[in-house]
Amino acid sequence: MDGPFAIAFALIIGGDAALWQIIGLSLRVTLSAVVIACLLGLPLGAVLALVRFPGRGAVIVLFNALMGLPPVVAGLVVYLLLSRSGPLGGLALLFTPSAMILAQTLLILPIVVSLTRSVTEDLWAEYREQLRSLGANRWQAVPTLLWDGRVSLLTGVLAGFGRASAEVGAVLIVGGNIAGHTRTMTTAITLETSRGNLGLAVALGIILMALTLALNAAAWGAGQWARGRLG
Amino acid sequence: MTALPRTDPPILPLRLQGVSFAAGGQTLLDGITLDITPGRRLIVLGANGAGKSLFLRLCHGLIEPSAGHIRWASGEARARAQAMVFQRPVLLRRSVMANLEYPLALMGLPRAQRRDTVARTLDRFGLAALAERPARLLSGGEQQRLALARAWAMAPQVLFLDEPCAALDPSATRIIEAMISDFAAEGITIVMTTHDLGQARRLAQDVAFLHRGRLIEHRPAADFFAGPEAPEARAFLAGDLIW
Repeated sequence: MDGPFAIAFALIIGGDAALWQIIGLSLRVTLSAVVIACLLGLPLGAVLALVRFPGRGAVIVLFNALMGLPPVVAGLVVYLLLSRSGPLGGLALLFTPSAMILAQTLLILPIVVSLTRSVTEDLWAEYREQLRSLGANRWQAVPTLLWDGRVSLLTGVLAGFGRASAEVGAVLIVGGNIAGHTRTMTTAITLETSRGNLGLAVALGIILMALTLALNAAAWGAGQWARGRLG
Repeated sequence: MTALPRTDPPILPLRLQGVSFAAGGQTLLDGITLDITPGRRLIVLGANGAGKSLFLRLCHGLIEPSAGHIRWASGEARARAQAMVFQRPVLLRRSVMANLEYPLALMGLPRAQRRDTVARTLDRFGLAALAERPARLLSGGEQQRLALARAWAMAPQVLFLDEPCAALDPSATRIIEAMISDFAAEGITIVMTTHDLGQARRLAQDVAFLHRGRLIEHRPAADFFAGPEAPEARAFLAGDLIW
């Protein structure tokens, strides 16, 4: 019998349908979660940097702490929300890709919020007087700072993507690892390894690594280019 | 000279009455009363720490006085038709063109009018060749030129300048001084701080002399330079250390 690596390469090169289905679903879930987390987290982080309100410090500490939220706990929270007796049970989202997107959004959001806050706070210190002089109020400064901090913010978004694509716990609990429906790369690796079906596990592992590498390379290249280009 | 159309109601004179500013229990500006009259070039002189920058920031509306009143003739709380150029201007991490367009968008100018104003500004200041360049990668002199152009594009009636040449070499300084003179010739009121007495003599019509947060003299420049009344001002002109 062939070793796991030989099987893995055969699967990758052969374009195995089940393999591609798993990859497709993983990307769909994680990218959706990244997009949603950015739509919420970028403005939220910037507002947190610019606006002073009572309890601001507590909110900042909370988001910093949530960056270390264990994925299984995020999964458990979403599970409780979506389970039949939970507050959102009526939506019947448990064990669907939507539930997985929700759980991963919960994992990425604190990273995006915290990094955005720190980046925009630094920029605000530099820009504040000039923007006020040019006629901008705090709310108008938010999009300005987000755009001018775009290179640094990309790092945070990428860290979020890395966290979501690597985690097993959350998607396993709320997705249920149902073949052809909610099975992602990480849950499939867990299952196939425990079954002794190492070929598929190794193939998925290789692809996961390659994706992460490619993405980081692209982000690093974009950062270098932008630094040279934008100053 | 292609001055931009100025349609806003007149915002000058700007009246300061008994204006003080305190921070951390220290009075940094004390009881300043003065009118900034239209069409003049006012140079604010004084030693480091005399309160020159604070004075400009108060006038421009970046900070609020802790006592006294600052009133624009237009009755606005903070007049729109004003601009300020800082010693080290903050340029956005965008192209030269985008930097010029930014305040115009904040003013609510429609896109076509913004484009037109940006094109005219680039043309007027010889920046057309740099239009697409990232503003942060320009030389110090070019950056300050862009900051002045950006201020001009806002069609200000009064332009505040805080040591605009302090970080520049002599040739860049000459260019900036010429720009300031041109602005004044177009009718823009100039209020500027400098520690360069030569520059003050070249540009000033009026001089306000600050000493330890107080306005000691405010007179036409010719009179001031011919012989200031206050001993602090005489010492300052003579280059003595005054404390």
